[in-house]
Amino acid sequence: MANVISDETIDYVGILAKLDLSAEQKEQAKKDMGRMLDYIDKLNELDTEGVEPMSHVFPVSNVFREDVVTNGDDSANTIQNAPEEKDGMFMVPRTVE
Amino acid sequence: MAKEYETVIGLEVHVELATKTKIFCGCSTEFGGAPNTHTCPVCTGMPGSLPVLNKQVVEYAIAVGLATNCSITQYCKFDRKNYFYPDNPQNYQISQLYLPICKNGSVEIETAEGKKQVRIHEIHMEEDAGKLIHDEWEDCSLVDYNRSGVPLIEIVSEPDMRSAEEVIAYLEKLRLIIQYLGASDCKLQEGSMRADVNLSVREKGAKEFGTRTEMKNLNSFKAIARAIEGERIRQIDLLEEGKQVIQETRRWDDNKEYSYAMRSKEDAQDYRYFPDPDLVPIQISDEWLAKIRDNQPEFRTEKMKRYKEEYEIPDYDIDIITNSKHLADLFEATVAICKQPKKVSNWLMVETMRLLKEQDMEPEDIRFSPENLAKLILLTDSKAINSTVAKEVFEVMFDKDMDPEAYVEEKGLKTVNDEGALRKTVEEVVAANPQSVEDYHNGKQKAIGFLVGQTMKAMQGKADPAMVNKLLKELLED
Repeated sequence: MANVISDETIDYVGILAKLDLSAEQKEQAKKDMGRMLDYIDKLNELDTEGVEPMSHVFPVSNVFREDVVTNGDDSANTIQNAPEEKDGMFMVPRTVE
Repeated sequence: MAKEYETVIGLEVHVELATKTKIFCGCSTEFGGAPNTHTCPVCTGMPGSLPVLNKQVVEYAIAVGLATNCSITQYCKFDRKNYFYPDNPQNYQISQLYLPICKNGSVEIETAEGKKQVRIHEIHMEEDAGKLIHDEWEDCSLVDYNRSGVPLIEIVSEPDMRSAEEVIAYLEKLRLIIQYLGASDCKLQEGSMRADVNLSVREKGAKEFGTRTEMKNLNSFKAIARAIEGERIRQIDLLEEGKQVIQETRRWDDNKEYSYAMRSKEDAQDYRYFPDPDLVPIQISDEWLAKIRDNQPEFRTEKMKRYKEEYEIPDYDIDIITNSKHLADLFEATVAICKQPKKVSNWLMVETMRLLKEQDMEPEDIRFSPENLAKLILLTDSKAINSTVAKEVFEVMFDKDMDPEAYVEEKGLKTVNDEGALRKTVEEVVAANPQSVEDYHNGKQKAIGFLVGQTMKAMQGKADPAMVNKLLKELLED
């Protein structure tokens, strides 16, 4: 494995992804991520000079909707997904700005 | 000898577009609904939901881009900006990083030193976040997702401004262009236009920019001006003390007139953007672009020119009326009904402006309709009411937008044009004020003013002062 992921990197990625990883999980994730980067290195061997970057596989563009209200009050369904509810709103731990 | 400093300012302006529905779903964008009543699986980020782009958002963004001299990116797409915050249920915001829809524009502003171009780096489309309310009682936060997915454009300027005055001139110009396009109402207080200020200072003549800070939470022109001044002084003080400015985001507290650093999460700036796989690219054809260009409205400069030719009102009036799209629309609609441009202009310039100022309102907040203003003008023209009564009626109309004809009828405010009835009152007034009559006959012309006043009072204001004057003269000359 050519790419070695440091402890700092895996901790940082863990913070970004809001994941709490155990020591074993971290070791496993380091290995997996190293292999992924090896594969990227492999892809990078290809000569892509003059090739446009591709973001979508299908040759489809301009999928639009008209500006017409089609949805009614769906608050009962929406609020079902709240961990806790108060006054029709999602109750979450206090966020500090 | 103190060093001389220069302030360098760039703005990020967010504007909520005036679409009926959200950017990626058919939920209403109406302001003020009960919490979470304008939500669906798409705008609350439910797994498996599929966003579909609102075509009107693209058209508004292009229209604003064309009006600000931008080049339009004819092949553009959306990217995901990843971050975790409770107001953002998807854990990413759909925005544009790599191919923003508009680039390289400019807006001309008037400054003390003359005209100046403020360059626009880019304009991109994105979605708004939900609204967080902090509940002190429960010590928690409450989230309402009605605003989640409301379409925004973000207009990013180059760091071309050097003072609060220039910033405000730029914002007013942007607001006017966007209001003329009908793309947004741009109300700072209600948050449909929001400005983040990037500010740094440097020694005059320096080539390099200083370290900048970003200020958020500025919801009025006054707050922006105060925040710029406060931050300018704070940064100069730091430099004078030999300290460094730290690049950070600061939140302006307009009550305390002080900004403070927002808690910086060490991971906050790593958004890991990537193209949104759920949304296909947008291809803007030359034909589509031409169609939007052809449909651009009459902007202020053209409107001013037309007003001068068509309505023959003073330049001063034209300047004020065209400085608000709503005021200009109101003016044109009222003139179309009553055909009296100067009188309409007078009502807008004098009484309307006075009441707006008194009640701390913007021209966009005017409630009365062109129909009712036209009726009031016609009532005055036909001498059905005199100008004093008209002003009183107008004040009520300004608050309630009621039909002035019905109101005058109901309150019995019509001028008494019955000469017989009026003559009787005039005779009584003359009989009751022998001193004034004598003064008048002794050459005191002013005495007649007092008698007119007494007659108007006796008529409870409902008389035509010109007719009272005429009758009094007739009587006194006898």
